[in-house]
Amino acid sequence: MNTLRAPRADRAHTLHAGAWWLWALGLATAASRTTNVLLLALVVAVAGYVVAARRTDAPWARSYGAFLRLGLAVLVIRLVFAVLLGSPVPGTHVVVTLPEVPLPHWAQGVRLGGRVTAEGLVFALRDGMKLAALLVCVGAANALANPARLLKSLPGALYEAGVAVVVAMTFAPHLVADVARLRAARRLRGRADRGVRALLQVGLPVLEGALERSVALAAAMDARGYGRTADVPRAVRRATAALTLGGLLGVCAGTYGLMSAAGSGYGLWVLLPGLAAALAGLRLGGRRSVRTRYRPDPWDARAWLVAGSGIAVAALMIAASHYAPTPLDPPAFPLTTPTLPLWPALSVLLGLLPAVVAPAPAPAVREATA
Amino acid sequence: MIRFENVTITYEDATHSTLRDIDLTVPEGELCLLVGPSGVGKSTLLGAVSGLVPHFTGGRLAGRVTVAGRDTRTHKPRELADVVGTVGQDPLSHFVTDIVEDELAYGMESLGLPPDTMRRRVEETLDLLGLAGLRDRPIATLSGGQRQRVAIGSVLTVHPSVLVLDEPTSALDPGAAEDVLAVLQRLVHDLGTTVLMAEHRLERVVQYADRVILLPAPGAPAVVGDPAEVMAGSPVHPPVVALGRLAGWSPPPLSVRDARRRAGPLRERLADAVPQPLPGATPDAAPLVVAERLAVRQGRREVLHGIGLEIRPGETVALMGRNGAGKSTLLSALVGLLPPATGSVSVCGAAPHRTRPADLVRRVGLVPQEPRDLLYADTVAAECAAADRDADAPPGTCAALVADLLPGVPGDAHPRDLSEGQRLTLALAVVLAAEPPVLLLDEPTRGLDYAAKSRLSDRLRSLATAGHAILLATHDVELAADLAHRVIVLADGEIVADGPTPDVLLASPAFAPQIAKILAPAPWLTVSQVERELEGAE
Repeated sequence: MNTLRAPRADRAHTLHAGAWWLWALGLATAASRTTNVLLLALVVAVAGYVVAARRTDAPWARSYGAFLRLGLAVLVIRLVFAVLLGSPVPGTHVVVTLPEVPLPHWAQGVRLGGRVTAEGLVFALRDGMKLAALLVCVGAANALANPARLLKSLPGALYEAGVAVVVAMTFAPHLVADVARLRAARRLRGRADRGVRALLQVGLPVLEGALERSVALAAAMDARGYGRTADVPRAVRRATAALTLGGLLGVCAGTYGLMSAAGSGYGLWVLLPGLAAALAGLRLGGRRSVRTRYRPDPWDARAWLVAGSGIAVAALMIAASHYAPTPLDPPAFPLTTPTLPLWPALSVLLGLLPAVVAPAPAPAVREATA
Repeated sequence: MIRFENVTITYEDATHSTLRDIDLTVPEGELCLLVGPSGVGKSTLLGAVSGLVPHFTGGRLAGRVTVAGRDTRTHKPRELADVVGTVGQDPLSHFVTDIVEDELAYGMESLGLPPDTMRRRVEETLDLLGLAGLRDRPIATLSGGQRQRVAIGSVLTVHPSVLVLDEPTSALDPGAAEDVLAVLQRLVHDLGTTVLMAEHRLERVVQYADRVILLPAPGAPAVVGDPAEVMAGSPVHPPVVALGRLAGWSPPPLSVRDARRRAGPLRERLADAVPQPLPGATPDAAPLVVAERLAVRQGRREVLHGIGLEIRPGETVALMGRNGAGKSTLLSALVGLLPPATGSVSVCGAAPHRTRPADLVRRVGLVPQEPRDLLYADTVAAECAAADRDADAPPGTCAALVADLLPGVPGDAHPRDLSEGQRLTLALAVVLAAEPPVLLLDEPTRGLDYAAKSRLSDRLRSLATAGHAILLATHDVELAADLAHRVIVLADGEIVADGPTPDVLLASPAFAPQIAKILAPAPWLTVSQVERELEGAE
């Protein structure tokens, strides 16, 4: 039995970052299929429980709180708009009547103030919760998987662009720290350290500092061999360019075909070869890169289970939206008490699987930070 | 291994060349130390070895630099990455990934080494640098010394034959600096790596060097030779060399051990003398800074607890302790950047976190670790005018201070173009414009050469004599010995020692200055104390 227990999440037992993302996207897909408040709350609870059980102490794991707050903000904004601007759903239960601002005739169809109905609020609440649930799922993936690890799974040809993206992502936290430091320094000069003016006046020094840091990092990366390339025959280089360019054109045309009503016949047949050509181009392009990978995360049985649980939740919810459309998407008018449909709820609970099978984080150690 | 042939480097828009006619060779397997006053082009010379100068910085390089037979003109930095490992002044700007283990592997990945080789070398390097316990740690959570070791490790895994380091120990506490130097020793001895490093804190490194390259002045030819010979005539030298020159030992000793073996007669001559205490402290005056049972939190962590502290006018106090012990936090609490969680703090009778910034600058001034944070304007003159306005001082106050402290710096110079020492002095002048009775300095000697350091010491000493209370957080034991009446040692957010400078510094080998180690058990701390005594005896 002991062999089945989840291992400690050290370097050798990290779950593949892609598995976490598939799981989170599965939950997000499930959330997008329903407006049932109880089901949405269940999705958020499942994601939250897994994060609480399996996130590590790393800096990126702290982003979960920010996503939660963002989700809450979205919900509140949606409700405020529903109160101020009214709601498209008809309603009979008036909660409160705000004074209505008379608008000129060219703004017909827009309303400011007026009746606020319970139906409208419920509709807005569901809508907002759906968005918030999506954000929470993305936040969960962010907290559980190191974004830099995803890079390791990129094809060689895209690696360098990927590094640039990840470095750019660390730019923002540095910028925030710089602003805090320079605002503190204003206090030392006897100037106000709060307020918009203080923020504006440190803007230039902050950008200057950020620019200098980027240049220093670029120099360090160059000195450590970033961007070394292998010699590739000219024919291969040309083939790469042709395949990638042609393939991407095919993908664009094919997607357009699939979307538009007229081209649905040929769309797929342009898309698939285009995709294949683009992939072949990427693979050939990888030959130019001499990089190797240090300890890429293995895709093991646990990764299958985690990714599979997410996909299963998504698939079962999509199926449920066919066999039980009403409980999943209860009408806002007339008002009804939402019920928790048994089978969809059970399928969402499948998403809890990672809390058991994913590697467990090391027990928290209090470390001094310098 | 490294050859400079007639190298002259001129940056764009510069009127003078930074380096002129440099001719030198560093043989394989040597630990070579690059010394010289600030602004002579040490970093430029190091950059030329890794190819970053001129490929990355621009400018013109005349002559030829070859590393392991490769000409840096035809090889870009990335093509030299397998023979040269470079660690710059600030390790944080060096890191590409966010986990220690990935950082160690990054360079090898770029070079395309096979996975099993990478695996083996990462394990070896973790052991070599004592980083095994930190392998899964995010780099952002490491202390200064740990970061420096990770930065060195990250270039070592590539097995470069040349290692180039720019001030590897300047930001470190004495213990962490010893760790880093021990690693460099092992590399040179066991692996035959050629190490070229620039460093201002010569007392820490000069005894390990096989060869010293001295750049005596901007544009002057380099002096290359045996460390003792070069140090005998060098304008920058550690206290042990100064003592050797004073006592007439030739060639001067480089390590405490050498000096002790020759110091017998000197110890006898000084046997009956007692070092003169620093003048200036007025013990009966009411303290300007008072902290009682002070605790400060950052986030959920309590960084300081149970701090009791009093500083009187005319007193200079040095605040010491390892990286991350809470020194900067204490200074922040004293200027009200952080409110006390419990306990109280008062500076000139006011609680700093409740005082308006405009009032606070007339009570307490802080020169932060990065003096540039204090400077916003485009020119020195504009900075001075702004400082007068901020402090509500009569126009020209700050400009007069600058003229006094920084003679020869034109008013239209950009603060960014000043040297490290000049910038620090400008920040000091800006702070002093408001005439605060309490002056705080955070690591004031980082990046300063000995001349700049002694000018700073003189200034601070005269400020203390004028009745200012000064608190400086520093890793520099020589500065503390030279300047402070009292030393406070912080560890883990608590005060573990607080007493007169000789008592605290002599009590622990890590904090004892070189002169104290040489003349122990007599309580001499600095060369100038010994010098005054010998002059008085004659």
